[in-house]
Amino acid sequence: MTAIVVNEINIKSLRQQETKERLVMIGLTIPYLLIVILLIIVPIGWLFGTSFVDQDGSFTFKHYVRLVESKAYYRIFITTFEISIFTTLICILIGYPLTYFISQLPRRFANLCMIAVLIPFWTSLLVRTYAWLVLLQRKGLLNNFGIELGLLSEPLPLMHNMTGTLIGMVHIMLPFLILPLYANMRAIDTDYLKAASSMGANQLRAFWTIFFPLSVPGLLAGSLIVFVICLGFYVTPAVLGGGKVIMVSMKIQSNIELFFSWGAASALGVVLLVMTIAILYIASKFVSLDQMSSRG
Amino acid sequence: MGFLNRIVSETQIRLGQRLWLYIIAVVILIFLVAPSFIVVPMSFSGSQYLEFPPANWSIRWYSHYFNSPVWMAATWTSIKVAVLTILVATPIGTMAAYGMLNSSAKLTRLLFVVMISPIMIPLILVAIGVFYFYVKVKMVNSILGLVLAHSLIAMPLVLIIVMSALNNYDMNQEKVARSLGATRLQAFFQITLPQIRFSIVSSALIAFLTSFDEVIIALFISGGPNSTITRSMFLSLRDQIDPTIASISTILIVISSGLLIAAQTFGKRKDSD
Repeated sequence: MTAIVVNEINIKSLRQQETKERLVMIGLTIPYLLIVILLIIVPIGWLFGTSFVDQDGSFTFKHYVRLVESKAYYRIFITTFEISIFTTLICILIGYPLTYFISQLPRRFANLCMIAVLIPFWTSLLVRTYAWLVLLQRKGLLNNFGIELGLLSEPLPLMHNMTGTLIGMVHIMLPFLILPLYANMRAIDTDYLKAASSMGANQLRAFWTIFFPLSVPGLLAGSLIVFVICLGFYVTPAVLGGGKVIMVSMKIQSNIELFFSWGAASALGVVLLVMTIAILYIASKFVSLDQMSSRG
Repeated sequence: MGFLNRIVSETQIRLGQRLWLYIIAVVILIFLVAPSFIVVPMSFSGSQYLEFPPANWSIRWYSHYFNSPVWMAATWTSIKVAVLTILVATPIGTMAAYGMLNSSAKLTRLLFVVMISPIMIPLILVAIGVFYFYVKVKMVNSILGLVLAHSLIAMPLVLIIVMSALNNYDMNQEKVARSLGATRLQAFFQITLPQIRFSIVSSALIAFLTSFDEVIIALFISGGPNSTITRSMFLSLRDQIDPTIASISTILIVISSGLLIAAQTFGKRKDSD
């Protein structure tokens, strides 16, 4: 009898200890969560609220209506999408062959090439943007070399326009495409390719029917990451665009710093956030979230 | 041209057939790497304008940088903020990673999404959100405000790195220690921590870099005497092309490559343990 009672007391106290331990473990995340709640959840919630409030405090849709009706905002959205889509496409066009090349190399050389991909990834964003400023100026390196070599008769306008912005953006986004794609390509079993060629497929056919379809998940993940970072990007277009290329993020900034119009800025912010979350949600179907950590 | 017939892939593709791919790849690799290094020689130029290669060499832009009280103040602010960010983000991120891995699975999935949200949503939104909050609590232009905001975006990186280290670590070792009479805290500090210390150090270095390189948040919430170096750089980039920036950029490249190599070596050390 007593043995059973003791056992029950034991079970009870063990269970209490377990609950207590679980609470302690959750407790360890509280400082982290507190910072995120104060600096992310509360401000974003407030932003959401502000986007529906008029100057006199009444409920309104006017900030959103203006987004739809105003020509200026229409242009900004078009520019943002244009830059994001073109950057993503160019990244795919030059990133795919490069990643394919690296993935075919022996490990040692491949790691060396990956260092070349990681150097720009970890160089300060501002430093790289500055470097492009130096390279693309009217009297910059590229124009000077072009003229010296006789390729150009006069300097090309490479900066303070769409061209310069795209060049800078592609340079900054390329590693974000290459990293997931490389992981994917390395994991493809080359025996499939050997099997295909032993059964008579030529090299081109083996690539398009075997290798390419197997690399699509990595390509898709990388492209979605690039696209979503582009949508909210600020520093590079602000410097290389020279005020002539205006993206959503820059309009948000000027709405607040120059015009103090939080209503308009928050409506834009909400639209940007919804687009970002939608794309991230799609992306999370292909790749785990922690692989998508970004530094924009 | 016999070398063109060398076989370079498992499907018997010859080098000659693939030469185009090699050429494209080398060009793209140069495109990736060159801009990071082009500013180094330019920073040693003696002229007022940025020219390449520089006509004469000098360190005038470095002495200009080191003798400018404004740039020096901004540099100290950045270093102070980055070091304090390590001290805030690393322990809090590590604690959260440990707690997450020892909690029930259902809740942690949702918590994880909330916890990495600071690096998933566009930084401009984080910046205006933090700015709004700081205006309300009067923390704009304060060091504490910068440290908290930078910790916000550094913590997810610490969380991801430490969680992956803990995933490769056998938590039963702590149970053994505790069954032998150690408290949970002792077990963590004496058994677990020494085995994941390299990951924690490399996450601390990455926290430093994240804070040191951050521009957009600082643009909104720092100013006056507490302006960060990246904020001052951004503002002067928008206005004119000052060669001093080339010298600062060179210093930043040296710092970030140094820290990155350090982080990599610490990461490797963990693997070979």
